[in-house]
Amino acid sequence: MKYLHIFTLLAVIISFLFNRKKTFLALKVAVKKMKAVFLTFMGMLLIISVVLYIVPDTTIIKYLGNGNIWMGNFFAIVFGSITLLPGFIAFPLTSILLFKGVPYMVLSAFTTSLMMVGILTFPLEKKYLGVRVAVVRNVIGLIITISVALVTGVFYGEFL
Amino acid sequence: MIQYIMSAGSDILKNFIFFSKTMILIIPFVFVLIGLFEVWVKRETIEKHLGNESDLMGYFWAILLSMTTVGGVFVAFPIAYSLFKKGAALSVVFTYIGASAVCRIPMTVFEASLFGLKFTIIRLSVSLPLVIISSILLGRYLKSKKYEINEA
Repeated sequence: MKYLHIFTLLAVIISFLFNRKKTFLALKVAVKKMKAVFLTFMGMLLIISVVLYIVPDTTIIKYLGNGNIWMGNFFAIVFGSITLLPGFIAFPLTSILLFKGVPYMVLSAFTTSLMMVGILTFPLEKKYLGVRVAVVRNVIGLIITISVALVTGVFYGEFL
Repeated sequence: MIQYIMSAGSDILKNFIFFSKTMILIIPFVFVLIGLFEVWVKRETIEKHLGNESDLMGYFWAILLSMTTVGGVFVAFPIAYSLFKKGAALSVVFTYIGASAVCRIPMTVFEASLFGLKFTIIRLSVSLPLVIISSILLGRYLKSKKYEINEA
């Protein structure tokens, strides 16, 4: 994150040295764009906070590591698709899952759907892509998740 | 009962404040970079390297850019819009969106060190080609429909 801050600051300074007018215009564009999505952002963070309270990580661990690999995969995709977990929560969570002996196949289903499918982030996505394309993109994400999980399962010899 | 609601409320509030803090540390900086991008980068440059006339290199640039994306979808969609507005091809833009989900650097490094390199290689070698193929198909279909990405 530090690099982002340093890089942005340097970029603004260099831009300012070359052309003051353009730099102010760029900042104006940034503020305008941020204003347009600010409320959606905040609303989504609130919903994610509530969902994380309702579905705490202990619940996720219980369902993913229940012994049956197909049920584990199913719940991995369900939880992974609903929640958009930020890295600092998803990382510790997956390391606990690994420690609990959850199969690699279930882990890959969980991490991939976490990243590619987002029901809670749908309100933001549809603003940019429109409802239909946002739905299609999420369905593609789901198909990719299932493909990744199956191939992982084959390579780790977890089924067949 | 009241006590239960109070404790639920404070837990939710704690989550919310934690997320908001992280967002405040990332989002404004990214939007400033997007602003600079829109002001400085010429449309012709993007059209040439990421546009409909660009070859496979367009996908390469899109994936490289996606690796550096911080903040997930909150950041990927505004960037995708700017790329599209500057003349990037739809298939390249969708590749960027998909790739920014699967191959962000911090996440990939963490995953490889925790689950092993084999895990990461399997995940990327299955998901990346599928992202590119689905983006090409989606891009082609939507181009014929005169589809446009909105500015939120």
